[in-house]
Amino acid sequence: MQAWQKLLIVAALATIIVVAGTLVYFNYFSKRRLFISTTTSLYDTGLLDEIEADYEATHNVDLNIVAVGTGIAIQHAKNGDADVVLVHSPSVEKSFLEDGYGVNRKIIAYNFFTIIGPEDDPAGITGKTITEALDDIVAYGESLADQSGQTQIWVSRGDNSGTHSKEKSLWSKAGYDYESIAEERWYASAGQGMGATLNVANQKEAYCLADIGTYLKFYSDGTISLPALILEEQSLLNVYSVMAVNPTVPANQTIHEQINFNDAMDFIQYLISPETQQLITNYGKDTYGQSLFTGAVQPLIDDTPQPIVSWIQDYAFFDGSECPPQYRNGYAELYT
Amino acid sequence: MVDILGGIAKAFELIVSGDPELYGIVSRSLLFSGTAVILAALWGTPLAMLIAFKDFRGKTVIKTFFSTLIGLPTVVLGLILFLIFSRGGPLGFLGLLYTPASIIIGQAILVTPILISIGVSAIESVDPEIMDLAKTLGASESQAQIAVLKEAINGILLSNIASFNRAIAELGVVLLVGGNIAGGGNRTDVLTTAISRYTQRGEIDFAIALGILLMIIIFAINLVVVIARKANYIVALVKSPFSKMKRSVRETER
Repeated sequence: MQAWQKLLIVAALATIIVVAGTLVYFNYFSKRRLFISTTTSLYDTGLLDEIEADYEATHNVDLNIVAVGTGIAIQHAKNGDADVVLVHSPSVEKSFLEDGYGVNRKIIAYNFFTIIGPEDDPAGITGKTITEALDDIVAYGESLADQSGQTQIWVSRGDNSGTHSKEKSLWSKAGYDYESIAEERWYASAGQGMGATLNVANQKEAYCLADIGTYLKFYSDGTISLPALILEEQSLLNVYSVMAVNPTVPANQTIHEQINFNDAMDFIQYLISPETQQLITNYGKDTYGQSLFTGAVQPLIDDTPQPIVSWIQDYAFFDGSECPPQYRNGYAELYT
Repeated sequence: MVDILGGIAKAFELIVSGDPELYGIVSRSLLFSGTAVILAALWGTPLAMLIAFKDFRGKTVIKTFFSTLIGLPTVVLGLILFLIFSRGGPLGFLGLLYTPASIIIGQAILVTPILISIGVSAIESVDPEIMDLAKTLGASESQAQIAVLKEAINGILLSNIASFNRAIAELGVVLLVGGNIAGGGNRTDVLTTAISRYTQRGEIDFAIALGILLMIIIFAINLVVVIARKANYIVALVKSPFSKMKRSVRETER
């Protein structure tokens, strides 16, 4: 036998040891793992860090949080790489449920998107409705002397996230074709998370659609200096929901055998418990002077405060329910 | 605006104070990339020997193939491995996605072309007489190959260091197959992914501190290379009996 052959056998053994060691460790020694695919806006604010610490303190489960945009979070879940998805894009959630990948949806929190922009507000959108504001931004973009693409006045997430789909729907509601707006020279697509996009908008002194949670964190840290120009209105509502990944998708049994459904449901019940709802509502109040998120479970039961509850129902309910019966899998107590 | 100087000052405070979060990330980076390079060296060295010692058709094509792969973009490899390790992918049943093992294997694959390319040229540049001489002196084929390998130790060492540099500085593989998971008992965030996360979160001083530490690690390793190349050259000469003999043979010929 030649030297390289002997050495190659050693290498093969070493590789097997690394893989086998990992398998044994994660199957027999570590805590159960729950994979949560989530949107960057929940993660970048630090809320999930707090929830993770609180949950792991009382449960023998290791939360593995992978923060991506809603688009990729849903994709992860379809691949079977997530047990729970925490997202904020009702239209995407609806098709996720309809395709049979998600079950037991619960609306857990809401806040508002905001449009931020340069302090001197060259397009003059302050105090206007969102449709008027977008008209003004387009007019301002077209009036720019520099149409070389160097000056960009609108920065988009551009990553198929919940915030990005919100932006698309706002453009079409204002009467614009999103595809052609995205081609404009003054339109920039960051293709990154909320935090990174805010940084880009700040560098470019551009307008940008942001979720209020991430925005407030960055603004009060002094990381960005752009003020919020348009706040709470119905079309800027932002609703966060949680869904468990369906363990019994007929299309691909093999993938979903590994889905940790029991812990996923336990985590959902934890999220909607009054204590956790309080934690969500209180998060950041001390630091930022206002809530970054508001727990939605109790308001939906109490039907107050109005008009926000009816806005949530208009925007994020499917067939008059947060999760129509055909998309539920046990756990009837969630919906009483 | 971002306060760069203030950020740097705070970063140094964090480094000096021995912040456990910071050094946890550094130690994970060193552990994952170090293991990856050791693993890759274990299979890369014999493969380099195979290519260098054997004469076969398509040898040039194979060598070109590996030297091209040195430039493989890390995100492309990350994407391929993500699809393979994903629970829906061919190796999904192993459950390796988002574990340290997937990072180690990914980085090991990433640096294998470096180890093979540099290794092959190091072995090939060893004087062929060494092999003949070893065999004349009664060494078996296998022992003779080891003798040549010892002569090439400088090049092999260089390839290992270059591999470690590439592994610890890459972002694509660790981000896509590691998942940059920051909490719990199974953390997979390392220097590069943590820098990206803290920058996105606006925690710039932490990101700067991590950046400084990453630069220090890479600088220290390159310093070691410079010293080792000088020192080891002598060590290699002393250690290998065949090169000594060859020299004495030459001298007597003269």
